[in-house]
Amino acid sequence: MERIVISGFEVISCLGLDRRQFWRRLVDGEGGLGPITRFDPGTLAANVAGEIPGFDPEPLFGKQLDLLDRFAQLALYCARHALAAAGLDGGFEPWFVPERVGVITGSGLGGVESEDRAFQQIYGQNAARLHPFSIPRMMTNAASAHISMEAGARGPCLTLSTACASATHALGEAWRYLRDGIVDLVIAGGADAPITFGVFKAWEGMRVLAPANGNPRRACRPFSADRAGMSLAEGAAIFVLERESSARRRGAPILAELAGYGASADAGHITQPNRQGPLSAMRAALATAGVRPQEVDYINAHGTGTRLNDAIEIAAIRELLGEAAAQVSISSTKSMHGHAMGASGALELAAVVQAIGHQIVPPTANFTAPDPNCDLDVTPNQSRPRLIRTALSNSFAFGGLNAVLAVRAV
Amino acid sequence: MPDQLTEEVIAIIAREQRLAPEKIRPDATFQELKIDSLDGVNIVFALEEKYNLTIPDEVAREMTSVGQVIEALRRQLGQASAV
Repeated sequence: MERIVISGFEVISCLGLDRRQFWRRLVDGEGGLGPITRFDPGTLAANVAGEIPGFDPEPLFGKQLDLLDRFAQLALYCARHALAAAGLDGGFEPWFVPERVGVITGSGLGGVESEDRAFQQIYGQNAARLHPFSIPRMMTNAASAHISMEAGARGPCLTLSTACASATHALGEAWRYLRDGIVDLVIAGGADAPITFGVFKAWEGMRVLAPANGNPRRACRPFSADRAGMSLAEGAAIFVLERESSARRRGAPILAELAGYGASADAGHITQPNRQGPLSAMRAALATAGVRPQEVDYINAHGTGTRLNDAIEIAAIRELLGEAAAQVSISSTKSMHGHAMGASGALELAAVVQAIGHQIVPPTANFTAPDPNCDLDVTPNQSRPRLIRTALSNSFAFGGLNAVLAVRAV
Repeated sequence: MPDQLTEEVIAIIAREQRLAPEKIRPDATFQELKIDSLDGVNIVFALEEKYNLTIPDEVAREMTSVGQVIEALRRQLGQASAV
């Protein structure tokens, strides 16, 4: 079976506007969470968000901007840069036929900023009418549609919405489309822009958001004994995936191999995770990659920072790896880029690809004290050089929907 | 010398389409100005907001040139003021 490789990508997040800033801050353990500025947080205890600093869409999009919710802006921005990184900013030909180029993106909440604003006008201000672009801005498939339109990609164009696993499912399905010969190139990843008062109040109702406690940057403390929940963030990451033969023929960068993909459902509880679902998704990712558990060097954990997720994830990893669990490096980069909902899996794949490229494990930031229920090496606070040949990227969503990617050095 | 309503409509179309107002002649068709159907409903929305009226769907559908927009709007405004 021919290898599927990553030939370009871009990330935008609270850590900065590009992949270099993203990686530099991850390696330095320097988080991007802070107090909310995009709306008045009022009495929100969780006055913490991962907001993108200094993103000015006006010069990037012009009139096109009228039709773009923020999540779609982020996706399109990343797609442009990812295609350029892969040497495809001049178009697909002669290397690819546009009908054989797919787009598969994930988003949990889609155009929720536009939706929030529109419903506020209707319910809060008794507006007589809504802007006619409300629907095209709100629809969750807007990101993949705009990418296909701008890039001229005429193959299958899909949007997956599996909450916090959306991007990982999207990337995994993209891998499958390539492996099964349906397409020759896929632009894939995820985007979410959930920094609205309505979204925060809904999450507050679930009592899973970490309070600011006077130090919003350190609010999210995955695997720590005193962890107190997750922190919402905005962001996007988009990848260019193709078969190794086309990347070599084009002389394109080959950054890593997307080697395997596993997906599963807990079929249990709508919000409470169990060990079995994540375990079977990780096993499937390793099986499709043809990798034995003891070969895994690094796992970028789902690691939300909630009591339950982190303990169950560690238990699942322990069961997956057996004795080898003691040697694996684990980290939750959400401690720094926050939980960007459906984009998270794409941000984390970007972390994994750069970890492989630099042979450095990014840390779990904000770590205070070990939790006996999370007693594996979670790379507390300091990044660490190590040989990384094989890595996993975990995403476990509400609904019990799990997706795991296996990545290998090329 | 165009009247005030003509100038205002041209200003709105120019703003929504990111065009220079002097490029928009009163007899220009939407097709010439590359105004598609989605742009069209956006312009109708902007007119409704500006003049605080509701333009019925069947009237909006007739608006396929700058001149038709101005004439339809004039009728709507006349009806509104006659009420």
